[in-house]
Amino acid sequence: MFKRLAEAGAPVAITVDGKAISARTGDTVAAVLLLAGIDHCRTTPVTGAPRAPYCLMGVCFDCLVTVDGVGSRQGCLVPVRDGMTVETQLGKREAGR
Amino acid sequence: MADSDYDVAVVGGGLVGVATAWGLARAGCRVAVLDEGDRAVRASRGNFALVWVQSKGLGLAPYAGWTLRSSNAWLGFAQTLKEETGLDVCFQRPGGFHLALSERELEARANTLKRLHNQPGIVDYKTEILDHGQVAKMLPDIGPEVVGGSYCPFDGHVNSLRLFRTLHTAINARGVTYLPSHRVETIERQGGVFRLTTEKGPVSAAKVALAAGNANMRLAPMVGLLAPMKPERGQIVVTERLRPFLHYPVTTVRQTDEGTVMIGDSKEESTDPSGLTLGVSATEAERAVRQFPLLANVNVVRTWSAIRVMTQDGFPIYDESETHPGAFTVCCHSGVTLAANHALTIAPMIARGALDKSLVAPFSARRFHVQEAG
Repeated sequence: MFKRLAEAGAPVAITVDGKAISARTGDTVAAVLLLAGIDHCRTTPVTGAPRAPYCLMGVCFDCLVTVDGVGSRQGCLVPVRDGMTVETQLGKREAGR
Repeated sequence: MADSDYDVAVVGGGLVGVATAWGLARAGCRVAVLDEGDRAVRASRGNFALVWVQSKGLGLAPYAGWTLRSSNAWLGFAQTLKEETGLDVCFQRPGGFHLALSERELEARANTLKRLHNQPGIVDYKTEILDHGQVAKMLPDIGPEVVGGSYCPFDGHVNSLRLFRTLHTAINARGVTYLPSHRVETIERQGGVFRLTTEKGPVSAAKVALAAGNANMRLAPMVGLLAPMKPERGQIVVTERLRPFLHYPVTTVRQTDEGTVMIGDSKEESTDPSGLTLGVSATEAERAVRQFPLLANVNVVRTWSAIRVMTQDGFPIYDESETHPGAFTVCCHSGVTLAANHALTIAPMIARGALDKSLVAPFSARRFHVQEAG
């Protein structure tokens, strides 16, 4: 659905749910998820409804993901880093993970 | 009797007021609930939502029986509310724990329970002191610092925000008139009718039930009653929603039906609900992590402080006025735990016009008069 702009930065290696995903310096986690065609990055804790990055400016909290083991980070506010591990969140979080 | 707008004016639209109003409406009364506006200091929105039995009644044995009575009535109360409104207040009664993080804490707990149970006429709470291994069988996620705790099978909890909403829905469905922004300024009895002045104009009623929490202290003397209060501040830390891991409420940590973990139980001598003492939240969180180490990496999404409704000795006050017949006080700390009693026991008494002394005489504010207490 999305196309990368010509002036994209240098390649960065990250994983999403264990799979290598192509990313570039300057991308946010949320942008990478959208570009990779991941249609939802979490499901809500109470009703299990799917959610995807939406506002991309830190307001809607729909792009919550686990980044390097820290849960419920706002993907749109986190720039990718080489070696980063991103996990999608399904329903309620498991404490102690 | 002269004409009045309502049979009963309930002063206070928090949990105590609306539970009482619902019971009055069920008894056939025309009821108005006079509430403050959105800026009210609303204990019903800040509480910890336990329906709690263990440790209640040290110093006033009948309070133990009164608490157990409400605890026993709670399931039926919740079911009736669901039938009337379609709303589930998520009452659960798996039993509850108080956890100790040192031998000294455990010994102090055991001594408190022993003194409680040695009082004449006390009901049996069936509370047991358990060691680490016994607690771990029911709460497998406790940390190594938990030396033990007390367990009472009658303890439970509820979604108190939903309870508040459900009771408001229920009184509305039963035709109770809810009057927000009606802070009561004065109450007078003229010709057998109570006349209440409010910022939005006067209201009259044949009876008046004071259920205004800490504000009962100001209102009760207007109708010849007494409600000595000692408000205190508590703080709560709230986490993101987690998969269920905590299947029993603990006095200071509980997981709600929707997965949120609430951490609380602090006490400060303050009446400012807008501030927060960071050190208190930090201590609450630190103890919770020692009790349940898996909470260490969980995100906190909210903290808040709220003012507890607290009588001077911590026990409820139920009274009827001798100088102003038809005026009652319904006043207590535990508006969640005792909601079933207020709806099912106290309200019918007020509807009949007389408190049943065999049940509530121990809770008269006469106990605060040294000379009159018999």
